[in-house]
Amino acid sequence: MLLIHCPYCEEERSELEFRWAGEAHIARPDNISAISDEEFAEFFFLRNNEKGLTYERWRHIHGCGRFFNAARDTVSDKFLMTYKAGLPKQPIPAAAKAEAIAEEKTIETWEQTEGDAR
Amino acid sequence: MVDFGAEIATRTLPLSGAHGGSSVARLELAAPAERISLRVVAADVAALSAALGVDLPTRPKTSASANGRTALWLGPDEWLVIAEGTGDTGSALVEAASKAAVPHSATDVSHRNTAIIVSGPGAAAAINTGCPQDLSLAVFPVGACSRTNLGKVEIVLLRTADDAFRVEVWRSFSTYAFGLLAEGARDAAL
Ligand SMILES: [Zn+2]
Repeated sequence: MLLIHCPYCEEERSELEFRWAGEAHIARPDNISAISDEEFAEFFFLRNNEKGLTYERWRHIHGCGRFFNAARDTVSDKFLMTYKAGLPKQPIPAAAKAEAIAEEKTIETWEQTEGDAR
Repeated sequence: MVDFGAEIATRTLPLSGAHGGSSVARLELAAPAERISLRVVAADVAALSAALGVDLPTRPKTSASANGRTALWLGPDEWLVIAEGTGDTGSALVEAASKAAVPHSATDVSHRNTAIIVSGPGAAAAINTGCPQDLSLAVFPVGACSRTNLGKVEIVLLRTADDAFRVEVWRSFSTYAFGLLAEGARDAAL
C-alpha cells in the first residue's frame, strides 16, 4: 500500500484516503476576460502530462479534507515530497531525488514489458 | 397546518435491532446523540470553545471532552462535535455555538450519522478489516480520532478506551458498515 504524507495531518496515511486533483501551480490569469480563446484553452484544458517528475495537487478527501501539493515521479509512483497548498513550488530535496532516480533504473516500464521493445 | 409535534414523533436508530460481533469484538449501537459539523478559522477557535464548553482540539487526530460534549478534530478548520443524549426538537449544540459572536458554520448533523461501538480485545483487528490506519496504541491512543475509510465508505473513528472505538458513519451507509464490522469481528476471532 502506498503511503502519502499529509502536510496537514502531519503523518503518512494510506493512499485509499487520498484523491488526485490534477497538475499543481496553474495560475489563473489575472484578467481572464481579456485573454484570447487560445490562451484560455491553454490555461483551462492543456496540461503537460509529464513523464517523470511532476507537481500535482492531491486531496486528503477521506481524512482532513485538505488540498495540498505533491512532487511525484510518474514512472516509479514515488512521492518525493508534499507541502501545503498556497506555498510556491518547492525544490526537491537532493536525497529524495537521488533515491527516485536510482529506483527508476530498476523499474519495468510499459515499453519493456508490453511495447515494441519486448 | 397540522402540528406534527415532537410529542407524537418517534425516531428509531437507522440500525435499530442490529446485533453482532464475536467472542473478541462486540458490536453495539451507540445511544442517540446530537452532532454538529463545525467550521471555524483558527483565530476564532477560542470563542467557539467557550461557547460550546469544550476546548476544540487544534492538533491533528486528537479529541477533547467536557460537559458531556466531545469535539473531534477532522481538519485544520473542521470539527465534529458530539453531545450525549438528544433533544426532541432543535439542537442544543447549534444553539450553544450561536452564542459565539464570530463567523462560523455549525450544521446539525445529528441524524445524518449513527454510531457503532466496537469493543473487546479484537476491536482494532475488526476495524482494520476495512480501515487502513495503524490502530496500535502508540499511533492511535485513547482519545485519538480521524476521518478515514471503512471498506467502501467513509467513517469517523474515535478511540474511547484501550479496547473500544466509536465508529461514526452516515446513516445510509450504516448497514454496510455494520455488516463489514460483523465480518471483521468474526475474522478477528479466528
Ligand atoms: Zn490530512
